[in-house]
Amino acid sequence: MRISSMFARRGFNIESLSVGVTERHDVSRITMRVDCEQHPLEQIEKQMHKLVNVLRVSELEPGEAVERELALMKVTATPARRGELIALSQAFNARVADLGTDSIVFEIVGHPEEIDSFEELVRPHGLKELVRTGRIGIGRSATNAAKPRRQHVLT
Amino acid sequence: MTRRMNGADAILRSLEAEGVDTVFGIPGGAVLPTYDAFARGTTVRHVLARHEQGAGHMAEGYARASGRTGVAVATSGPGATNLVTPIADAWMDSTPLVCITGQVRSHLIGTDAFQECDITGITIPVVKHSWLVQDVDQIPHVLKSAFHVARTGRCGPVLVDIPRDIQEAELDFEYPDSVDLPGWKPPQKGHPRQIARAAQALAAAERPVLYVGGGTLNADACDELRMLAELGRFPVVTTLMGKSAFPETHELHFGWPGMHGPKWSNWAMNKCDLLVAVGARFDDRVTGKLAAFAPGATVIHLDVDSAEISKLRQADIPVVGPLKQVLSDLRDELRALHGTGHIPRTEPWLRQLAAWREEFPLRYRSGGDTLKPQLVVETLQELTADRDDVVWTTGVGQHQMWAMQYLLCDQPRSFITSGGLGTMGYGVPAAIGAKAARPDATVVCVDGDGCFQMTGQELATSVLEGLPIVVVIVNNGYLGMVRQWQDMFFDERQSQIHLTKNVPDYAKLAEAYGGVGLTVDNEDDLEGVLQEALTCGRTAVVDARVDAAEQCFPMIPAGAAALDLVEFEDGVDEQEKVAAA
Repeated sequence: MRISSMFARRGFNIESLSVGVTERHDVSRITMRVDCEQHPLEQIEKQMHKLVNVLRVSELEPGEAVERELALMKVTATPARRGELIALSQAFNARVADLGTDSIVFEIVGHPEEIDSFEELVRPHGLKELVRTGRIGIGRSATNAAKPRRQHVLT
Repeated sequence: MTRRMNGADAILRSLEAEGVDTVFGIPGGAVLPTYDAFARGTTVRHVLARHEQGAGHMAEGYARASGRTGVAVATSGPGATNLVTPIADAWMDSTPLVCITGQVRSHLIGTDAFQECDITGITIPVVKHSWLVQDVDQIPHVLKSAFHVARTGRCGPVLVDIPRDIQEAELDFEYPDSVDLPGWKPPQKGHPRQIARAAQALAAAERPVLYVGGGTLNADACDELRMLAELGRFPVVTTLMGKSAFPETHELHFGWPGMHGPKWSNWAMNKCDLLVAVGARFDDRVTGKLAAFAPGATVIHLDVDSAEISKLRQADIPVVGPLKQVLSDLRDELRALHGTGHIPRTEPWLRQLAAWREEFPLRYRSGGDTLKPQLVVETLQELTADRDDVVWTTGVGQHQMWAMQYLLCDQPRSFITSGGLGTMGYGVPAAIGAKAARPDATVVCVDGDGCFQMTGQELATSVLEGLPIVVVIVNNGYLGMVRQWQDMFFDERQSQIHLTKNVPDYAKLAEAYGGVGLTVDNEDDLEGVLQEALTCGRTAVVDARVDAAEQCFPMIPAGAAALDLVEFEDGVDEQEKVAAA
């Protein structure tokens, strides 16, 4: 809340935000995608640093981090179209999370761009609902350089 | 050594442990246990305000006059929301402030209970940090943290919200000696290499200007600033917030930059080759059109808040650190450079600035039948010129800008005003707070009639708490600055600005509050009336009924460049008075 309020009042744009617990029970971690078109990332990072309950702010460079997102999609699927949709989902390693008489809920985990592609492919079949978690990321072990992008203690 | 007590007592023992001598507040339902603790005994003085906004501004005035942290106390709901304006004011002007608010009982939070309000939520955008205390055992640690955060790094307000049941619950009290906040690590020292680079740039500059903001006062770095300026023979301009950080009768002081700054100050900024921002933040009221601000200058930016660096103007040489150390080290570096045979080369530039000051003095039209507002402020300056125990506060508007232009402040922390938020009504309560911090000083609020009517009821606090202040109302009967903008930028269509000079009768009002009330409407009586107010030793209000047509010049219209400055123009030469500041 302190972070989103600061972004709102300074006119910084958030493209996605996800928050969850970490290896330390008293620390939570926020991963954000921010738009650096109007405001340089450096200024955004400095303003975040000023928040007392932000412990660390670090940038995850593309390529130096593992990035993932989870999406759930409810797609119209008459019995006649099920086979085609399921074949499609297998190409993306999507799972069938729920199957009904006229729709399927797919669960897909992957790089956000893969989710975009899958969404595009199923959309013509009738995409009834879509939920995405926003991306999370972690620095690659090999480089050892990338740090968590955002850390935030919730109070 | 721990002691068993309830949360309310723990709050007061914590304030005592912090060395707090005075707090400002108003009781109410959700802080009753804490006020009961006041009644049961404490070394902390409680000043009873008449409105929580007044209490908040008093705490700000106390902080700004003393350099200590101001403390305001209020109840939940409306008490807390009335503090929002002072909190926002302290946020904009980096004033260290700890606000303690009562909250409804824990089990009622979130139920829309009587006088419930999510004050930590409301204030998030305008506090450095806030705490909703959920466990009585947290009180000592939270208050220690609150004072630490308010006062360290860039100063500012914090809020501690304490539910009533937490104030009543018991704990084993022990006040911590220190706090460790992993997310709050303000810079401890400016980088030596950056300081060396800054010193080299200063030594090489031919037309440097030190652009000094309020951060210098907060850092208690005025001596270091003066020694640096004197060593390098650097001219100094002080912002509205930086006013009094550098002696204004000093030969190196060259006024105040910005919208109503004198031409010579703005030209100094515009023509300089090296601009050194010292605890200043390139506010739009200083820079005007940013792209045209100090166009040829290399910028050194000294600040304790790294987020201010290159926020608006790209800094060529940033130094992030506490200004006291940074300015002191900068002087040492510069002296070392001088030791190698360098002599300051700023004398021609200083002569140029002095020539501009001669050529473009502050002017207004004098004579005629009416009392000029500028003359009221000038006379206050003359009457106090040889004193070093006067603290000024102001409201916001034309009178504030005249106070900036005509009052010369040599002592640090002797000019207290609302710069960033521009809070009308700041002056009277801030003066009361300043008086509480400095009982031996003569505290004078230069106010406007519009401002006075926003917080004037605090005269009761001044009289009854034994905190006498002098209020000089520059009474033009209008919301004068609004009128000036309507006249200049809205084709003189005056809209909802006329307050009238005689409702209320301010002198009678002052007397009704138990103070001294004086009215003056002509030049002949002015000096005598002001002198009487300054020397009576009681709460005094001077209703100075001035010419409503006077506008504040010079003026750089909002968003314009320094060279587009609009000057005072006077068609009647023989009546023209030249008043060099």
